[in-house]
Amino acid sequence: MADDREPPPLFNNVEIDQRDDDNEDLFSSAIDVDVGVLDGDGQGPFNGTSEAPKLHLSQDVPDLDIVQVDRPAPAPQAKPLDELEKECGDQFIEVTVTEPQKLGEGMGAYVAYKVITKTNMPIFRKRSFSVMRRFSDFLGLHDKLVEKYLRMGRIIPPAPEKSVIGMTKIKMSNQAEQGSSAEFVEKRRASLERYLNRTAAHPILGVDPDFREFLETDMELPKATNTSALSGAGVMRLFNKVGETVNKITYKMDESDPWFEEKTQQIENLDTQLRKLHASVETLVLHRKDLALLTSAFAKSAAMLSNCEEHTSLSRALSQLAEVEEKVEALHNEQANADFSVLCELLKDYIALIGAIKEVFHERVKVYQNWQHSQQMLNKRREQKAKLELSGKPDKGNQASVEVVEWEAKVDRGQEEFDNISKMIKKEMERFEVNRVKDFKAIIIQYLENLMTHQQQLIKYWEAFLPEAKAIA
Amino acid sequence: MMDGPDDSTVILGDENRKPGRSETVDLTDNSLMVDISDALSEKDKVKFTVHTKTTLPEFHKPEFLVVRQHEEFVWLHDRFEEIEEYAGYIIPPAPPRPDFDASREKLQKLGEGEGTMTKEEFNKMKQELEAEYLATFKKTVAMHEVFLCRLANHPVFRNDHNFRVFLEYDQDLCVRGKNKMEVLGGFMKSFTKTTDEFLLSATVKDVNDFFEKEKNFLIDYHTHLKDATAKADRMTKRHKDVADSYIKISTGLVQLSTIDNSDLEKFLTKVAETFEKARKIEGRVASDEDLKLSDTLRYYMRDSFAAKRLLYRRLRCLANYENANRNLEKARAKNKDVHAALEVADAELAQQQACEKFEQMSDKGKEELMDFKTRRVAAFRKNLVDLAELELKHAKAQVQLLKNSLAALKEE
Repeated sequence: MADDREPPPLFNNVEIDQRDDDNEDLFSSAIDVDVGVLDGDGQGPFNGTSEAPKLHLSQDVPDLDIVQVDRPAPAPQAKPLDELEKECGDQFIEVTVTEPQKLGEGMGAYVAYKVITKTNMPIFRKRSFSVMRRFSDFLGLHDKLVEKYLRMGRIIPPAPEKSVIGMTKIKMSNQAEQGSSAEFVEKRRASLERYLNRTAAHPILGVDPDFREFLETDMELPKATNTSALSGAGVMRLFNKVGETVNKITYKMDESDPWFEEKTQQIENLDTQLRKLHASVETLVLHRKDLALLTSAFAKSAAMLSNCEEHTSLSRALSQLAEVEEKVEALHNEQANADFSVLCELLKDYIALIGAIKEVFHERVKVYQNWQHSQQMLNKRREQKAKLELSGKPDKGNQASVEVVEWEAKVDRGQEEFDNISKMIKKEMERFEVNRVKDFKAIIIQYLENLMTHQQQLIKYWEAFLPEAKAIA
Repeated sequence: MMDGPDDSTVILGDENRKPGRSETVDLTDNSLMVDISDALSEKDKVKFTVHTKTTLPEFHKPEFLVVRQHEEFVWLHDRFEEIEEYAGYIIPPAPPRPDFDASREKLQKLGEGEGTMTKEEFNKMKQELEAEYLATFKKTVAMHEVFLCRLANHPVFRNDHNFRVFLEYDQDLCVRGKNKMEVLGGFMKSFTKTTDEFLLSATVKDVNDFFEKEKNFLIDYHTHLKDATAKADRMTKRHKDVADSYIKISTGLVQLSTIDNSDLEKFLTKVAETFEKARKIEGRVASDEDLKLSDTLRYYMRDSFAAKRLLYRRLRCLANYENANRNLEKARAKNKDVHAALEVADAELAQQQACEKFEQMSDKGKEELMDFKTRRVAAFRKNLVDLAELELKHAKAQVQLLKNSLAALKEE
């Protein structure tokens, strides 16, 4: 009896209540403001600034920024949703993450990144600005966004994973020797940049106050303590996660919406296939890296051989061969990096995004559970009321009818919430699909172009070698 | 199974077919032509059908076929090494033992991993392995043929009795593989040979600069060739792995496209096709590198070893000659003796013979070493040019492929 009285654990958080009524208005209002200002002066900066991020990027990943530049200004025909239509106006936010630097010493050491934003949205105070942020700030931002928007059915772009090993390496490394940790930092920098741009491209998340604070406020953010794996909050989170997982496994909702049934299945399949493909690409990267190493070993051997060859022109040709092989080695290495940073990371990002989608789907199941729970409660109360009325106890009967009304309202709210989250998820999924198609096309084309450039380079190297081989006499 | 000796010239370049090695043989000589017309793999044995066509009167028939196994080739090689007359020549290196273990092992591994991949993937991998096996097989046959061709084109070796028996005798030569004791004995022998070599190189001072230089060169050269061969082998093998990993990506993309109902479906299918085609080209790059680069290096590693053996034999001969000199001096020193005159005469004869032998050997050896050099340079030239041309061809094909598919993809 006692728990019957407990108020149904509905989501009466402020944000939801606000947004439930005027979901549409909320973001269209933000955009309305922008459009008004844009008419005046908003058209210009895009072309000018779209070139800029390339300058800031380190040379290792020149490919990534091209995609990012494209993302905020998608081709209009690819946008079936009005939400997206609005987004694609002339507004953009471009975020680049640069200049990772190690701060602090010993176990307290961390890497801070410079986050540079360029935008023409009037909601921001300036057109371009930069702040210093550390990795846990990025995680903190993600947590905040999840807290606010997950319950509404938004797909929140996942932040890069923590890496205890990578961080330990950085903490252990001196300023002098930073080979492997530099690689790690660069990978992380690139994924942080993709993460921020994905968030920025979202019509709601992109104008969220916390997100703007993250980009704009030029001072240290309050330390996001609960992102640390070892803190008390971390342990709590772990418990929650375990609980949720159990819930996910045990609770099976009977799906009434065929759309969701189909999508859930599709997402599962996509997940499996992407993981498989990701593993294959990783194998390719490993093999190619190894090939580069072995090529360089051969180049050295060929150079030695040419040193000891007594026939002049043959010796010359062999030393040329060694040089060609050295260049080929560099090419293999570059290609392996491209395999990784373009193809592998795309797949990894999407595997993580699918994780976020699963979260959202699960959130919907939870809302459904609550609704059903309220429904059961309501039924119970009604039965109780009927019983009481039959037994002729009007006092208690009155109280019971109050409760019935109360629960009826909760059921209504639960249903409304469920409808809302279902609607929102459909919308978000549509957006996700559009972006997925676009991303995959753009990046795969970029990858193939990259592959082609390398082959063209290869042609040049061998063409230069051919006369040397012919000159052996 | 083997359809003709098309690959036999790969290793040696062209010159082994038209021997320009000595004035005694006409340049357009085809009085003795040997090829391997067929080869059959039975369990762990490979049977080679050796086909000979000749106009030489020493043979009973102008054309005949015999079936030989690898052990018989090795036997023939060892006979050449043993005969003292040939000490002044570079004996063509014996062909390597047919080794299909690597292919078999891979096939077995593939069978074990059958459950983890799709049928399509499995079939593709299997096809790749079969192609690899066939390539190894062809190469083995080609190596055996090259060995025989070099003998047949050699002005001296072609007249060798054992060689003729090998070509003509249509029964089994009754050569069996070495048993354990013999293997051990052979090992001991090669061990004493090496120590002897060391001892000789330390004790015997070569008066001839040419040989001294050649010796130092060959020792160095052989080591570096060996190193380069090993490195090239590993490199080409890994290149093959890279090509093979395209298979998985391609099938992964196909699977991804089948569950995709957006307009990515067609796009991904096309990308998968591109990867599949790129894999074939990449695979060819790997096998051509193996054929043109690794195999050339390997052959000359073996040939330089044969040249080293020649130098060793010469040094041995020199040591014998010096011994004879010493014996003669000893005999002369004892000339007060009654029997001294006879002894001196004996020693003189022995010394003279040793001297003659050494002189002859040095002359022949010099010729052979020069010949080795021209042969090597010509073969390297041919194969390096081929290598560059093939690399170019494949890279161009890749570019064309990518260009086409990019154009198609951008239309999507």
